[in-house]
Amino acid sequence: MNTVVLLTLTGLGLAALYFLVASGLSLVFGLADVLNFAHGLFLGVGAYATWWAAGNLPGAGSDGLGFVVAVLFGVLAGSLVAVLVELVLIRPLYSRTIEQVLVTVGLSLAGVALLQATWGADPRPFPRPDWSRNVTSVLGAQVPNAGLLLIVAAVVVLGALLAFLRWTRYGLVIRAGVENREMVTALGIDVRKAFTLVFAIGGAAAALAGALGGVYFGTVSPGQGGSLLIFAFIVVVIGGMGSVVGSAYAAVAVGLLQQFVNYYGTSGLGDLCVVGLLAVVLLLRPQGLAGKVAHA
Amino acid sequence: MTNSVVDAPPAQVPDELTPGRSRWHGLRPFLPLVALVVAAVLPYSTLNLPGIFEGPLNSPGTLQLLAICLVFGGLAAGYDLLFGRTGMLSFGHALYFAAGVYGTDILVTKAGLPLWQAAVLTVLGGTTLAALLGAVALRTVGIAFAMVTLAFAQVGAILVARDFGGLTGGEEGLPLDVSGLPSALVGVTNTVNLYWLALAYLALVVLVVHRVSGSPTGRVLAGLRDDERRIGVLGLDPYRFKLVAFTLAGGLASAGGVVYVLIVGGASPHITSSELTLSLLVMVVLGGPGTRWGPVLGGVLYMYLDHRLTAFGTSDAVNSLPAFLSHPLSQPLFVLGTVFILAVYFFPGGLASLRSRLTPLGTALRPRP
Repeated sequence: MNTVVLLTLTGLGLAALYFLVASGLSLVFGLADVLNFAHGLFLGVGAYATWWAAGNLPGAGSDGLGFVVAVLFGVLAGSLVAVLVELVLIRPLYSRTIEQVLVTVGLSLAGVALLQATWGADPRPFPRPDWSRNVTSVLGAQVPNAGLLLIVAAVVVLGALLAFLRWTRYGLVIRAGVENREMVTALGIDVRKAFTLVFAIGGAAAALAGALGGVYFGTVSPGQGGSLLIFAFIVVVIGGMGSVVGSAYAAVAVGLLQQFVNYYGTSGLGDLCVVGLLAVVLLLRPQGLAGKVAHA
Repeated sequence: MTNSVVDAPPAQVPDELTPGRSRWHGLRPFLPLVALVVAAVLPYSTLNLPGIFEGPLNSPGTLQLLAICLVFGGLAAGYDLLFGRTGMLSFGHALYFAAGVYGTDILVTKAGLPLWQAAVLTVLGGTTLAALLGAVALRTVGIAFAMVTLAFAQVGAILVARDFGGLTGGEEGLPLDVSGLPSALVGVTNTVNLYWLALAYLALVVLVVHRVSGSPTGRVLAGLRDDERRIGVLGLDPYRFKLVAFTLAGGLASAGGVVYVLIVGGASPHITSSELTLSLLVMVVLGGPGTRWGPVLGGVLYMYLDHRLTAFGTSDAVNSLPAFLSHPLSQPLFVLGTVFILAVYFFPGGLASLRSRLTPLGTALRPRP
């Protein structure tokens, strides 16, 4: 029983990490049709900016309020980079899907190399608050606090995103744009502003994933984003492109499946099962769990 | 599932349709043959090109680098069959290359088979794998297809890294057991034979791709790239033609893996990574998708730069620059990634389109009679 609770909660922690990366990816793809390979870069930027801020930024630190400031700085940096990428690199290639993918591919190669050039290829110890190293007893299972932090953060982000999509004007534009971009444009609304906004949100969520993932894993390295990104892609496809809620369901399914199979089967088998799940979903329901609608 | 249609690269005018100019016209059909002969006799030259290669042309180090470049030229040409000629954006091509590398390595080192049997089995296995996975992945189109192939390739990477059954050697890789190999392919002094092998592979791939794209099937593939629905309306089954192209490209890639494992003398897990597929994409786009020589050129140049930029990055010229310049420049991927982004913006047709882009400039500069 203890093991099941522990596996469920660590699996949900993993799911939270996937959701934070996948939600932005899914919105960007749903709205702008950009398969963003540079999303892992946003994650890396968030992680490194948090790491840098904790050591160098006045007022920031590795504990208490200082840590919150450091994470905020990281999220801001990730968001800023995402907006810059959209404005400078993606926008001129509007509606040329292949070129956009190619540019983000080039960016992911160059950006990760740049992180590596600046801070080295080796993992750096991540500044984490003392309490995040401890465990909390939940129903008799000793659950690491960092995992719980991830779950709480993901739930907050999910709630905020849904509220934003449901009750604000820009949320309405995004939802309508995912469903039918030409129609929204025809109604005289500048969808490209929404593109920038979606990139900013996605970048911020990915940067948050980077910062909290750093707390969870205890280290930060340039290649971290890349390996997470592939699973985030899988989550996006399973969940249905453009759907935040679908991403959340898919992230939970993928995270739990991976954690349980990796524990009860051989290590690594869980990762294979996830790809198997992807194949099954594609064969039975090619549009994903939720289809192409931004559900609020 | 989305309705997004991936924009294919624009149709290229086949070489044979462009009007020939001047006295070179008669020679043009023989140029590939001349290039092949020049490449074949290259190892007899002791020419020293300081700065370009570290040793003379016939030194084992230089020949090995050239052989790797040639293999990747062939791989890029094979990948172009998917991307440039059929318009399929696959992110999982590294899988079939890795299947060739690890398949040969495991059959020779672990099962003790003779090389030729291992090679035949591996290529057959790689082709079958491509056919099976392609049959599933091709149920999706466009970006979803890209993601599915990426996920399949990731399975390969996980299988290799986790080392199930102790076959792949995990993170350390698997050195090739050379005791059972023909002696002509073993040892530093025989690097030249490996170079010729790589050259033969490249020639084979270029020939196959050329023949296929000139055949009726190739016309259908080009049609799929430009307008898939139209091909369907004409009564041809897009799925089957795409599967043929996917299987053929997978088979060519696994054959490339067989050659590569002999040149490098072992398998290492980084060849299974999605980064390798991404670099194949970079090679094809840099060279010019859908052209006969562009991808080959892109592949050779990319691998050359990837190897040589490391040396360039540690050279004195770079180290004397201020830190904010010298650190990024010492990362080959940073330089290549940046060049790639610039190429997407400013040279959409790649290196192969360079000549047609420079022609107006040449005519403008030429003195009028």
